[in-house]
Amino acid sequence: MTGPGAAAPRNRLATAGARATTQAMLRNQPRGDVIRNTAFAGLLLLAILIALAGLLALLIQAFAKGSSALSLDLFTNPPSTAFPEKAGFRPAIIGSLELIAGVILFVIPVGIGAALYLEEYADKTRWWNRLIEVNIQNLAAVPSIIYGILGLAFIVRGPFDLGFILAAGSLTLALLVLPMVIIAAREAIRAVPDSIRQGSLALGATKWQTIRRQVLPASVPGIATGVILAVSRALGETAPLLLVGATVFVTFDPTPFSPDGYSAMPVQIFNYAVRPQEEFQALAAAGIIVMLIVLLAMNSFAIWLRNRYEQRW
Amino acid sequence: MTSSKWLTVVASVAVLAFGVAACGDSDDEATGSGSDLSGSIRIDGSSTVAPLTEAVAEQFEAENSDVRVTVGTSGTGGGFEKFCAGETDISDASRAIEPEEVAACKENGVVNEEVRVASDALTVVVNPENPVNCLTVEQLGAVWGPDSELSNWSQIPGLEEEFDEELALFGPGTDSGTFDYFTEEINGEEGASRKDYNNVGENDNATVTGVQGSPGGMGYFGFSFYQENEGTLKALEVDGGKGCVAPSSETAQNDAYVPLSRPLFIYPSADALKKPEVKAFVDFYLDNANAVAESVGFIPLTDEQLQLSKGAAAKLG
Amino acid sequence: MNARTGTGAVEPAGGSPRRLQAPGPRYGEKAIHGLLALCGVLSVLTTTAIVISLVGPTIGFFEIVPVGDFFFGTDWTPQFEPPSFGVLAIVAGTFNVALWGMLFAIPIGLGAAIYLSEYAAPRVRKTVKPVLEILAGIPTVAIGFFAATFILPEIIQPLWPGELFGGAVGKPFLALAAGLGIGLMIVPIIASISEDAMSAVPNGLREGAYAMGATKLKVATRVVFPAALSGIVASIVLAISRAVGETMIVLLAAGSTPNFTLNPVEPIQAMTAYIGVTATGDISTGSLDYKSVFSVGALLFAITLVMNMISIRLVRRYREVYE
Repeated sequence: MTGPGAAAPRNRLATAGARATTQAMLRNQPRGDVIRNTAFAGLLLLAILIALAGLLALLIQAFAKGSSALSLDLFTNPPSTAFPEKAGFRPAIIGSLELIAGVILFVIPVGIGAALYLEEYADKTRWWNRLIEVNIQNLAAVPSIIYGILGLAFIVRGPFDLGFILAAGSLTLALLVLPMVIIAAREAIRAVPDSIRQGSLALGATKWQTIRRQVLPASVPGIATGVILAVSRALGETAPLLLVGATVFVTFDPTPFSPDGYSAMPVQIFNYAVRPQEEFQALAAAGIIVMLIVLLAMNSFAIWLRNRYEQRW
Repeated sequence: MTSSKWLTVVASVAVLAFGVAACGDSDDEATGSGSDLSGSIRIDGSSTVAPLTEAVAEQFEAENSDVRVTVGTSGTGGGFEKFCAGETDISDASRAIEPEEVAACKENGVVNEEVRVASDALTVVVNPENPVNCLTVEQLGAVWGPDSELSNWSQIPGLEEEFDEELALFGPGTDSGTFDYFTEEINGEEGASRKDYNNVGENDNATVTGVQGSPGGMGYFGFSFYQENEGTLKALEVDGGKGCVAPSSETAQNDAYVPLSRPLFIYPSADALKKPEVKAFVDFYLDNANAVAESVGFIPLTDEQLQLSKGAAAKLG
Repeated sequence: MNARTGTGAVEPAGGSPRRLQAPGPRYGEKAIHGLLALCGVLSVLTTTAIVISLVGPTIGFFEIVPVGDFFFGTDWTPQFEPPSFGVLAIVAGTFNVALWGMLFAIPIGLGAAIYLSEYAAPRVRKTVKPVLEILAGIPTVAIGFFAATFILPEIIQPLWPGELFGGAVGKPFLALAAGLGIGLMIVPIIASISEDAMSAVPNGLREGAYAMGATKLKVATRVVFPAALSGIVASIVLAISRAVGETMIVLLAAGSTPNFTLNPVEPIQAMTAYIGVTATGDISTGSLDYKSVFSVGALLFAITLVMNMISIRLVRRYREVYE
């Protein structure tokens, strides 16, 4: 990573010294310049502070609104319309966990497979390989609700006809985050230097052996980070699930293939958020707090993973 | 652990979780709390009736832990569509079934009965500062009709009180049963409404805050929302031809509050009632509807109405 | 663990003399090649599936609703009697919200990026950058909730000057509330990608400018910024794309009233919100309302596709290659 901050201390000192000397030689900086510079730096600082203040306000407000509903019951109780004080998120939590389990199961093999194909096997001059690349880039930018439409028309109904089951929701979410995983995996695979591959091939390994024993292990941290980030995205997505039938009112623990319906955290939060009673607003905020904690844990893990295992060639 | 081992661990945990969850379905045989009913009941339909059905379902599931009840909110029309296609066991409805829907059900052999479970009084609310006490159906139609261009309270024809304030209208979205009912009763045709009102979608709370915040505000929603905000909103009396009537439990039950008192129904199908858990549920519903209705903000049935409903359910299964 | 091929797997040194040619076609390798290619092709299949699922009902839609009415009408009231299908109302809603979001996010995001890249000490950078990425990971339903329950009543309504553009008080939904929420959501996108782009500018360019007596302000704005322009522009277009495709924030904060306006203190309905509300609401499959969901979806898909193409082309045009 280049950048002024990464320069060795000696370099910066040298620069600073040279600048100071030049300035001294040319007398003072024109006052206008000093003012402009300071003002500019101030504006930039303000920009960052506004962004951080926004984040802080969001967290504080969620806590303030949701603290009355925070309790261990949130994890063990089912939702309740008649008794909001006793309502919880249990089916939604279980539903979300099962959803992302399904996403991981789909996205790891297919995502790594596609990335490997594009990086190791594909002839980049062929039009069909370029088509695949363009497709992945486009799919990464498609709004999530379009994936909901895809799920509704193709997976729930249409050719797959799975019905409004949790596995269908899982598949829809998996398709949504697949481009992210492919892109992250490609970066990780690309970062492995060619010399490693050449060396392996020179020793007589086949292409697949090279990939399996050299390239993949080296790129696993990058891939893992990408998968975790994609999964956090899938955890927080609401719009596609609304269309593929994450029914709000289930009081039992959902299962992947049961036709009785399922629920998920963000959808449950949304449903509570649009109900006027104060208790439901507090519940929505409490649900948001739970989700934020889980996502924070996941993202921190991803960052730690990236830092710990990042290899420098 | 090396990183590839990490990945394997994560992947196997995921597989395990999925597998356990998928196999966890066989919990149906586990001991319940004193009941041997099991199975699933699928209910869908009106989002107005849903809170009532959900509350009943919760209590039913507490006593019969092996029965799974799901309550969807696709709307009265959407619910009937699924019901007549045989996809649901019971349909929640905030209006009576329509002829096309009757035909569709007949075509697919879905025999059903209309079972009234509660009543609702659609309440028109205004800002507490508003001096107007009563509006006729015609006056409401003049305000909310599809060709209405009224923008000020003083423009309402035949208004006795002096009130020179801008009209600020709040109403539910077009996929709401409340919208359907209001437009049908006040404007004569379902869906016929002026288009430039503040559409709060499903969020009736927005009507509350909107009307509270505008001196000339007017909105409409179910009785429960008015009850919750009785101190900060004023309910208009409605004159449906027999004089000004205020919305309340009594006036809704004895049909004095016309035309905005509406019955709420469930439609069970005969096939579903063959399942013991569904039959038990419907019986439980009727036995407990009145108690639950009050807590959810609806108007309970009179004894006579309750008997009629029980009779209808018995007729079916 | 690699006994995949039948013929002559290569043994490590120390056996019989090896031939230099491959002993025979490695079917295992070909199989793997095919399997991996299949994974790659899945992306094309997904796009095809999306297009197919959108196109059918859209054609059915246009058999009933004249194309001109759809694309040039400004009244979007599909469920009223009589219905009107002028999509411009909800397109305007989408861009209304996206506009205010970008007006907020671009200065904040770029400011943060320049600060982190040029001014911040490495320690500050190490702590602030991950914090910004946290902002990127917040679920949109949480941001929408925040926009509706905090930004709208506590920030916009008290601070909005009186009756400007009609005033903000008394309205349960405002485009600006959703706009600021979306802005908050996309600040990390702009900040992160722009900062990466600026960091990638070689130090030599900066040092050269400093050596000639340029101030930090000049270096940041005249040297680094133009050099990183392709990345910055790409980040902005990506952000617009995200803003246009966002559903939950507009659902919770902007409302469901189609409104052909760019006025920030009015409720509007975005295309995404229309799809969300209608597809989960009270409509029957096959009806005109149902088909309208797909036609709006097709339009949305087309818009984001075009923006993505533009972004790719811009990046290619402005990319400066170093050494």
